[in-house]
Formats: sequence, structure tokens, C-alpha cells
Amino acid sequence: MAVDTQTVEKLAELARIAISEETIDEVGNRLGEVLQLVDQLQAVSTEGVAPMAHPLDEVQVLRADEITESNRREEFLALAPQSEGGLYLVPKVID
Amino acid sequence: MHQLTIAEIIRGLRDRQFSSVEITGHLLGRIEQLDGNYNSFITVTPEQALQQAAAADERLTAGGAPALCGVPLAHKDIFCTEGVRTSCGSKMLDNFTPPYDATVVENFNNAGAVTLGKTNMDEFAMGSSNETSYYGPVKNPWNTNCVPGGSSGGSAAAVAAQLAPGATATDTGGSIRQPAALTNTTGLKPTYGRVSRWGMIAFASSLDQGGPIARNAEDAAYLLSAMAGHDPKDSTSLYRPVPDYTAGLNGDIAGLRIGVPAEYFSDDLNPQVAARVQDALKEYEKLGAQLVEVSLPHTHLAVPAYYVIAPAEASANLSRFDGVRYGHRCEDPRDLRDLYMRSRGEGFGEEVQRRILVGTYALSAGYYDAYYNKAQQVRRLIKQDFVQAFEKVDVIMGPTTPSPAFALGEKKADPVAMYLEDIYTIAANLAGLPGMSLPCGLVNNLPVGLQIIGNYLDEARMLNVAHRYQQVTDWHKASAA
Repeated sequence: MAVDTQTVEKLAELARIAISEETIDEVGNRLGEVLQLVDQLQAVSTEGVAPMAHPLDEVQVLRADEITESNRREEFLALAPQSEGGLYLVPKVID
Repeated sequence: MHQLTIAEIIRGLRDRQFSSVEITGHLLGRIEQLDGNYNSFITVTPEQALQQAAAADERLTAGGAPALCGVPLAHKDIFCTEGVRTSCGSKMLDNFTPPYDATVVENFNNAGAVTLGKTNMDEFAMGSSNETSYYGPVKNPWNTNCVPGGSSGGSAAAVAAQLAPGATATDTGGSIRQPAALTNTTGLKPTYGRVSRWGMIAFASSLDQGGPIARNAEDAAYLLSAMAGHDPKDSTSLYRPVPDYTAGLNGDIAGLRIGVPAEYFSDDLNPQVAARVQDALKEYEKLGAQLVEVSLPHTHLAVPAYYVIAPAEASANLSRFDGVRYGHRCEDPRDLRDLYMRSRGEGFGEEVQRRILVGTYALSAGYYDAYYNKAQQVRRLIKQDFVQAFEKVDVIMGPTTPSPAFALGEKKADPVAMYLEDIYTIAANLAGLPGMSLPCGLVNNLPVGLQIIGNYLDEARMLNVAHRYQQVTDWHKASAA
């Protein structure tokens, strides 16, 4: 079943993805198909099964708390679409 | 020279039959001449490659160089390369040139390997046909009207077309094995955590794993030996010693117990593909292996569980692409919200957007338990199926894909049909197990892949098992070119 327009708009807002009005029905139809596929999960009983977030039960390796990275601020900042005075620039947030 | 395997190139370089500059130049010429037919590279780096090759030749002359010194390879465009654009197949990163190398790339550079360029892929590794790439689809060298599989379709096609003897790739739900199957190459997805993910652009972090695509198991063993190992920069990389994967390739496999799951031979499977896989199993019996029926009863739930877990993780991972720090930014944003919305709306393609939206849905209030939690419970059931099977057998075998390569455009408009392409490969990712695909025959002159699923950290045995088969068969030598 297709996901309705209101839900698609809400998801798009949560995910911060602009979706054009012309494609919103199509997006809803496709999402509906995927949700129909994953709904097969509801048919199996999982009572008492612990959720598995990760494939391996490994213990974290500890290391000495030492500085290993050099400061490469300029190189990383150079990747930004807009920066100024060592800071990332975005449109004005506070009036 | 392009027909040489990695093992042959290693010998040829050491015996001075040719230099790294010569073979690198030859392959760059082939890429220039032929890749217009396949579109397997996004970026070719001839100048850098020839510099690396010249440096490798000096190291070889000096003696004591690592095995892969001077061997030309290609890297999937998901691995960050210092000073070389790394796009992940996306408009979002079309302008992104990382200031550092991924650990996998660094490992190959330290070994003296030569980088020919960066291979095409489905956008953010989301796809099974290579049709979601911003840089256009890759064509299968076996039939250019067909897809090469995905998401590592560029790596697989480059190896199949003999533009590179080997390539790096990644596999979140089948993205190494499925293209390997469709292009008659040998691909290995290692145990989760065997290969560092640092500098490998993240799709679904609990599933992603890098590995090699090559022309045979011996070459894959050389590549994996260089790729694998603990990395302090990736806290999920395994702190376990790395064996020399080439050392045990010739071991006897008499007495090997091969698990054959009935669920992998269901009605979804093309009967001709099934026949090729059965032929391969008979070949293994001749080598002294024993076939054992096993059951993986939750197999049919792998695809549904994956399409909750992978999109959920992707929706979190891809939130970093915000148009602020790097990547695509829309023109003239009105405010910060508009900047986010339009940068992401413009920068991400349709399939990537779809998966982010599915993940957002599965993680949103009111649906978390029904989807995400449920999928993680099913994930454990799938893992337990394998744990039980591996009490009785050494490896599991079956088909890699339900059918041979399909036509370009055939499944593009139907995401669910595309998702079912990975019906036999996804479970290994969910369980974190190593999986492999190797050529086992042709159907209508299109390649068929035999899948081997191994126990945790059992890559050496899988490579041995694959190599022994390749000693007595010639399918992996069949060439599209």
C-alpha cells in the first residue's frame, strides 16, 4: 500500500531531503512497495530473541591516550563550499 | 600483457620480463582505448600511476620489495584517495577530493602497488546493477546490453575486461559477490571487521566490508593479505593476526564437509544456474569433499531484515552530507533548513533518497519496535541458523545469484525486484560471515557464480577450497574480451 503524501512529507522533513510535488506520489508508491517487502518480518515470532545490532561480540582494544592526529584544519576547511576566518559559513540562523 | 594474473605479474616483475612502468602503461592504454565501451572507471590517474610504477621499479631493483610492489590495481571510488577525487558514485561528492587515504589504500600504497584509477559504482553502494551511479551505468563486458551487477560493478567489469588484474570492492549485501558472479570474476567479502573501514565511505556500518575482486582465488589471496588487519583507526576492525592467505592455497580438501542448504535452491533459482552449481558440487565430490544437507530456515527473511537495518544505518550515516562541510551545496539557500533540504534533494539520487526515507521511517517514533527492533531480532535468528550449520560443516555452498546478468534497464524501475537480486548474499552480511563468489560455468554465454560461505575468520580455508576447484576447472579463465 502506498505511503500517503502527508507521511512522505513528514519523512522528507525529518530526513531533510527536498522532494518535488510532482514526484511525491511516485515516492510514496515506491516506499509502500519496500514497506510491503519488509512487512514479511511481522509473520515470524521473535519472542524472547535478543536484538542483534552487530555481527561480532568483540571487546574493544584499549590504547594509550596519546595525541596521534596532526592539526589539518586548513585542509579540511578548504573542502567546505563556504568558509571564513577558519569557520564554516551557513545562512544566518539567528535574527 | 593484460591477460596476466596478479601471481604472474608478481613473477614477471621479479624475473625482469617487464617493468611496472611497462605493464602500467599498457593497462592505461587499454583503459583509454576500451573503457568507453564499459564505463568501469570514474577517474583514471595516469600520471600518478606512472610515478608510482617508476618508484616500484626502483624498489624492485633494490630488492626486498613486498609481493604486490609494482602491481597495477584499481580502487572502488568508495575508498578515499589523497588528492584524487572520491565521488562514491554520487553528485553529492562530485567535487570531493579527500586530504587522506583510506587505510586499505594506504596498505596497498605501502606495499608498492600502483593505482590505475577509481572504479564506477552504484551511488553510495546502493544498488545491484550499477545503474544508480551519477556517472552512468557500467556495461557488462560479457554483453554490453547487460548490467555487470553492483554495487562494485566498475571493479568487476574492469577486471573482467582485463583493464586491471584486480580491484578493491565493498560488500554490504552482496556488492562484491553479485558483480563477481555476473562478470566471471572471483570476489571475496571477508568476515566483518577483517578489513579496516577507515576512509571507506559508510553505507551501513554494521554490514559494510571491503574485499578484493580478481581473476582467481590465488590473486584474491594476494590482495586480501595486503588489505586485512587491525586498524587503530577503526574500532570495529578485528584484533587478530592475519595469515598469509597464499600459503595454504594448495592444501588437500579431501574430507571437506560442504553444507548445501535446500533454501538456496528454491523456486526463485534459474534452473540452468542451479545445474551449473550442481556441476560444481559434483566436481568438489571428485576432489574428496562430502556434501551435507543443511537447513537455514530463516533465509527468506534476510532480504526483509536487511531492508530495515541497512536503510536505518544509512539514514544515520548519510546525515553527514549537509552541504556545509564538504560536498554539494545548493545555490542561494534562503536559510539553513533550505540549505539542508535542497543540497540533499539535489545531491542524492532517487535510490539513495528512497533508502534514507525508508530508514527514517523505520527509526521514527511509533515504528521503531515494529521495524528496527524486529529486524534485529530476525538478524539473530539468521545468525543462529549459520552457527548451527557450521557445527556440522566446514563451508556452505550455493548459487551467488538467482540468475545470470539481466538487461540494462530491466529492473531499474522496480526497486523490490532489484533487491531480490541479493537473496542469497545478504544473509552473510547480516551474520558477519565471509562469503565468496567464483566462476562455475556459463548460461547463454553469461557467467554463473558459485557462492562459498565460510565460518568466521575462515578466509584462508575458503581461498584454499576455491583454488583447488580452479586447479581442476577452467571457468575462471573464460574471458569476455
